[in-house]
Amino acid sequence: MASQQHRVGDTPWIRRTLIASALILTMLMLVIPLVVIFAQALSSGWATFAENIGNEYTLHAIGLTLFVAALTVPLNLVFGTSLAWLVTRFRFPGRKLLITLIDIPFAVSPVVAGLLYLLLYGRNGWVGSWLTEYDIQLMFSWPGIVMVTVFVTCPFVARELIPLMQQQGTEEEEAGVVLGASGWRIFRRITLPNIKWALIYGVVLTNARAVGEFGAVSVVSGNIRGQTNTLPLHVELLYQDYNIVGAFASASLLAAIAILTLVAKAFVEWRQSRPEHPAPEKGGV
Amino acid sequence: MSTTANVSAASGRRFAGRSKRVLPGFGLSLGISLFFVSLVLLLPLTGLVLETSGMSWDQFWFTVTDPRVVESYKVTLLTAFAASIFNGLFGLLLAWVLVRYDFPGKRLVDAVVDLPFALPTAVAGITLVTLFSESGWYGQLLSAVGIEVAFTPVGIVIAMAFTSIPFVVRTVQPVLEELSPADEEAAVSLGATDGRVFRKVIFPSLWPAMVTGVALSFTRSLGEFGAIIFIAGNTPYVSEVTSLMIFMRLQEYDYAAASAIASLVLLVSLVLLFSINLWQGRYLRRLEGH
Repeated sequence: MASQQHRVGDTPWIRRTLIASALILTMLMLVIPLVVIFAQALSSGWATFAENIGNEYTLHAIGLTLFVAALTVPLNLVFGTSLAWLVTRFRFPGRKLLITLIDIPFAVSPVVAGLLYLLLYGRNGWVGSWLTEYDIQLMFSWPGIVMVTVFVTCPFVARELIPLMQQQGTEEEEAGVVLGASGWRIFRRITLPNIKWALIYGVVLTNARAVGEFGAVSVVSGNIRGQTNTLPLHVELLYQDYNIVGAFASASLLAAIAILTLVAKAFVEWRQSRPEHPAPEKGGV
Repeated sequence: MSTTANVSAASGRRFAGRSKRVLPGFGLSLGISLFFVSLVLLLPLTGLVLETSGMSWDQFWFTVTDPRVVESYKVTLLTAFAASIFNGLFGLLLAWVLVRYDFPGKRLVDAVVDLPFALPTAVAGITLVTLFSESGWYGQLLSAVGIEVAFTPVGIVIAMAFTSIPFVVRTVQPVLEELSPADEEAAVSLGATDGRVFRKVIFPSLWPAMVTGVALSFTRSLGEFGAIIFIAGNTPYVSEVTSLMIFMRLQEYDYAAASAIASLVLLVSLVLLFSINLWQGRYLRRLEGH
């Protein structure tokens, strides 16, 4: 009977109203803001856009931002994978606490995150005052930026991997042990192919946040133009100088990274939803 | 071996637990994880404890109850509350539409929902203020009907709502997907109206996920900084959020005052985080128990 198939919200007018309101709100809250970034960046033409990007300080900010991401991502890749392996492959006291602890950066305000590092490693800080004697300055220079970025982005890889690895279980890996494979070989040949896509998305998310972190970096950077200005800080600086088009030119680069992140997510979900398709074995890749 | 079939469920679980230790890498992954968690997460927290404990109680109390700071708590709590309620409704609508219906552009909507997590907050901030300022696309229309958003607390609500849109959608969506149609179809075929079935059959399964999403959205909004400072106008006693107060104390090199306010904010965020995790644990276990 057709009436048995009926589910809540199937009435045409309800359905149309809900879809229309969702689409309108999505346009207003998400799509138009994204369009505005590029419209503003190009509002004085391509030549001005190119000039804004080619500016000495903008180029330096891009370089510093990429440098920070290049240090942060590998560190958090190793940490996230180790932690996911630990909490999904073993039971031990304190396991649940550990899973909660890695969520701290998600709950802590970025400004507080920056403050935590400033207090400890700043000139008058507990560790910082000791380092000052050796002429090592971490805060208000690039190492501080890297440190807070590592803090802010450390949950992403682990958060992507834990649910997946939990769900996949350990049988294949245990079979590997029985067959006498080494730990590294088991990880590379059995675990890695299974978690590859989630791992890639975790890295993409880590990278997106590392490139875009503002609050925490703002606290420890010192905002020295051409020295400790990352791209998001550069956006703020230009905006406060009333160089709106310049600010949006830099912002459009960050927005482009955000769009790539969304595309990567859609791609990873598409790969994961496809029926089992053993990927061709390519050892070294 | 037929005897293994007699093993009770409990000892079976224990056996499975022990067999997990068969896998290599316990020492190495424990070492890396503990080293990292201690150095990156826990050690910095001790810095704040040390700094705050260096203050006298009077000094601490004086700092955190400064009238301007107290006003910032009110502004932050109220705007975060409004933003997360908005996201609760908007998130439910989006999750429902994405799970239940097919329509052109569905995949695009699904993808763009995550934009606020991918877009740097400073970029969100300058974009929203540009849209809502008097000469902006939205600001022009709104000021025609006498609504001011930019440089008011309403602007703060918008910035907070934007940065935490994905939370409710992404917590409700999977629950809605796994909801079995049987109860719902039975209720509908017995002649119950859509509204009644939604309230009596569907909503009871959805609300724990909704609460989780709204709580995550609220936590995030309490700490938000980058997206807010551009649109808030930062008028003392009117549109200053607490994270801005901490930031201002830091710029004055008043680390003690910044730490005092920050320790309060941190305490609230940690309590929220642990409550959400407990809540999710309880709720998920109930689901698995079925």
